[in-house]
Amino acid sequence: MRLLTHNMLTCNIKGVTKGFPLSIEVQKLETKETDFNPDFLKNIFPKLEWKAFHDAALSVGLNDIPEQVDPVMLEDSEFLQKFHHALLEVHLEEGALICPETGRRFPVSKGVPNMLLHEDEV
Amino acid sequence: MKLKQLESILGDVSQFSKPKIDLEQYPTGPHIASRMVYMAETTFGDISGKVVADFGCGCGTLGIAASLLEASYVVGVDIDYQALEVAQNNMQELEVEMELVLDNIQDLSWRGPVVDTVIMNPPFGTRRKGADMEFLSAALKTATTSVYSLHKTSTREHVQRGALRDLKAKTAEVLCELRYDLPASYKFHKKREVDIAVDLWRFTI
Ligand SMILES: C[S@@+](CC[C@H](N)C(=O)[O-])C[C@H]1O[C@@H](n2cnc3c(N)ncnc32)[C@H](O)[C@@H]1O
Repeated sequence: MRLLTHNMLTCNIKGVTKGFPLSIEVQKLETKETDFNPDFLKNIFPKLEWKAFHDAALSVGLNDIPEQVDPVMLEDSEFLQKFHHALLEVHLEEGALICPETGRRFPVSKGVPNMLLHEDEV
Repeated sequence: MKLKQLESILGDVSQFSKPKIDLEQYPTGPHIASRMVYMAETTFGDISGKVVADFGCGCGTLGIAASLLEASYVVGVDIDYQALEVAQNNMQELEVEMELVLDNIQDLSWRGPVVDTVIMNPPFGTRRKGADMEFLSAALKTATTSVYSLHKTSTREHVQRGALRDLKAKTAEVLCELRYDLPASYKFHKKREVDIAVDLWRFTI
């Protein structure tokens, strides 16, 4: 699971009002290079919850993602490289995603987050 | 990539070894899968450079096709871990990247507006009534541009009304009618039929 996926996932256990962002518990990370595509980054930028992305990057050990960004930074290739790396190249292979409201753990195994709810949670 | 080439690569994708009938696990064959994704790309530009989700991805055929046509980011969602394991092997064999999430479309835990395009072959709803429209509802809530989906031709009016009136799609259009070869286990009533008529839909948001 990469951080763009993390930026989409929420905890929607019945009754939970603030299920986003899930915090990340890391057991194993992998880095895989992918093609750098600045246009894609510019398109995705306005759709991201930046604060959640920043926090997620920190929890996978990347402290070079600024807490706040100005769209002009999207012209800065050094920034784009870091953005690209954090968003698309770091994979959480083993670990968990944790609901900010209830503390419910969603395990991540072989890179696949298990978001299935138990019967009493729906 | 040419259509023929895409179809031939999709022919190498492994499928469900023990399909779970209750989840309507029948694969989209390479002929239909390749045309579906190829049309989304060449006619509408909805694949390349986009974030694409494959709901009920099973062994990954449609998501893999999107990835081969240069989607920038593909996410497959299925309720069955065993299907996702097959999908993972397929991704490795074919050297494509795709994110996999184990989740139930009925209560999908997704924040809306990140995905551009959803492409899917949902259960027809022959085992669990309404499954088809649940998938469509989740897709229309998630995609920001368009949704491609297969539904039985016999449900065309129902799908159109549901999409436009209840699920607030902006447009709902049948792109083409296909013949779908459904395994015998799903054919309860029309025992003599070999295949069924299926519509390829495109919905916009
Ligand atoms: C008709 S198959 C299509 C498989 C694959 N997309 C393909 O095109 O070959 C439907 C898929 O939906 C999955 N499915 C059924 N109900 C589901 C649900 N409630 N949530 C998520 N996936 C589900 C099944 O496991 C199955 O893989």
